[in-house]
Amino acid sequence: MDTLIQQIVSGLATGGIYGSLALALVMIYQATDVVNFAQGEMAMFSTYLAWTLLNAGLPYWVAFVATLAIAFVGGLLLERVLIRPVESAPVLTIVIVCIGLLVILNSMAGWIYSYIQKPFPSPFPSTPIRVGNIYFGAHSIGALGITLLVLLGLYVFFRFTTLGLAMRAAAQNPVSSRLCGIRVGWMLAVGWGLAALVGAVAGMMVAPVVFLDPNMMSGILIYAFASATLGGFTSPGGAVVGGLIVGVIENLVGTYVGFIGTELKLTVALALILIVLVVRPSGLFGRGAVHRV
Amino acid sequence: MVAVVLMFTLTNFRLFQFTQVFIYAIALLGLNILTGFNGQISLGHGAFYAVGAYTTAIMIDQWSVPYGWTIPTAGLVCLVAGFLFGIPAIRLEGLYLALATFALALAVPQILKYFEHWTGGSQGIVLSKPQAPWGLALTPDQWLYLLSLAILVVLFALAANLLRGRAGRAIVAIRDNTLAAQSMGVNVALYKSLTFGLSAAYTGVAGALSAVTIAFVAPDSFDVFRSITFLIGIVIGGLASISGAILGALFIQFVPNWAQDISKAAPWAIYGVFLIVFMYAMPRGIAGTLRLAAGRWLRRRAEPPAAAAGSRR
Repeated sequence: MDTLIQQIVSGLATGGIYGSLALALVMIYQATDVVNFAQGEMAMFSTYLAWTLLNAGLPYWVAFVATLAIAFVGGLLLERVLIRPVESAPVLTIVIVCIGLLVILNSMAGWIYSYIQKPFPSPFPSTPIRVGNIYFGAHSIGALGITLLVLLGLYVFFRFTTLGLAMRAAAQNPVSSRLCGIRVGWMLAVGWGLAALVGAVAGMMVAPVVFLDPNMMSGILIYAFASATLGGFTSPGGAVVGGLIVGVIENLVGTYVGFIGTELKLTVALALILIVLVVRPSGLFGRGAVHRV
Repeated sequence: MVAVVLMFTLTNFRLFQFTQVFIYAIALLGLNILTGFNGQISLGHGAFYAVGAYTTAIMIDQWSVPYGWTIPTAGLVCLVAGFLFGIPAIRLEGLYLALATFALALAVPQILKYFEHWTGGSQGIVLSKPQAPWGLALTPDQWLYLLSLAILVVLFALAANLLRGRAGRAIVAIRDNTLAAQSMGVNVALYKSLTFGLSAAYTGVAGALSAVTIAFVAPDSFDVFRSITFLIGIVIGGLASISGAILGALFIQFVPNWAQDISKAAPWAIYGVFLIVFMYAMPRGIAGTLRLAAGRWLRRRAEPPAAAAGSRR
């Protein structure tokens, strides 16, 4: 029983990370109809920037906030420079541009920082927290807390600010929004910026666990895809819930289903994606796609 | 003919490189049939390349099957695997298919390592290069060069015929307007999954040939970047172009070699930049751009400038 609870809690912690990356994917998907295959590499690159700032002697939280700011601006610029020209191009074009971005960020990180794994500090104490007979890693609890804080912040932003409202309008009905005086193009760019910011948080929270290296996000990204698919690509809340579910499933399956263990983890994610796409393509909370003929 | 003559003048290393080009060209043609002609995005064709390579390697290593038999078998295995993967893929459009195949590409090395008993785990399987048959006076490298070239020519001829005919028009019609194709009586589901199977079979044959020529297979050479390399090949060579597969194969074989001198990471940086620049500047790839340029040049030659100006309405 204790193991079960422990596994569920640590599943929720990693699930929170999957969920925030999934949320970043969904935000971009809703704003620009692009599934951003480079989301993981963007997060990875931001984490490397954080590492650079930390090595320059900045205190953790200063570096944290600075990284978020850089990630936001970076994401915004990427949308302006790379995605904007192909906005109305066929899906294949956009997918290829995203893959190009993935490859560039990955190789640049390898070029600048080398492919050797680096440790990344956690802002939380390393002593585990004890509740009754059960021990929880302080980092898992802290990461879950930070993730939930970020989500709360986004919710407040989209629900209660004018800019958030304008962004929702731009994603939902670009033409009418433009007529109302909303600068739709910039709203989409801000969406990319926010997604990059959320991704940066996910990167910095996961790096202490998986260590920092240019390929650290590929596994996480596939789980984020699974989460977004499970929750539904049209539902931001669904993506987060999907992430938490996927995190718990991953841990429970890894612990209790003998033949899977840790070696077939990615295959579990693949199976999950395929099953959801075949059984219920819109996900648990998404709207079905309606095509106009 | 030129390629055959070339064979006797090249060093072994160059021969090996060109053998690789032929093999990549087969794989790229397979992916191009699916993505370029049929419009189904696959970011996971490295998976079928791996299945082909491992089918061959396991058959030779475990059951000592002569390699000549393993290549068509690998094609068949991939045909079935592709067809089966293509069935759920029918329901997935555009982005979702890209997603599912991307997940497949990421999961392949893990799956290969898991079935250690057959695949040799991370160690992979070491094979030996085959000798030329029928007492031909050829080195193994020369023989493999010829063999790959012959398979390439046959498969290209088949693909060209297929795509020119009734089936080819159906395949392209599905890409351009699925609904219209369906209402014209094209069995979309069947064609889509068959195309997936065929495309996987081409890639599988290429994988089998690569296992034989490199004489070694290991899980980490079939990671997601293998699939991305194929995508780069068809984008650079030219989507929906048969000759583009060869141009793309030349690109992915030789450009990384040159770029390697700058840095270990440089080939991929260059790949990425090329991908994006091509999407903006030459969306039809090298082959398409050449065709456009040739067409323009011919038209200009065909009609004198005055007549051309007069004919403009």
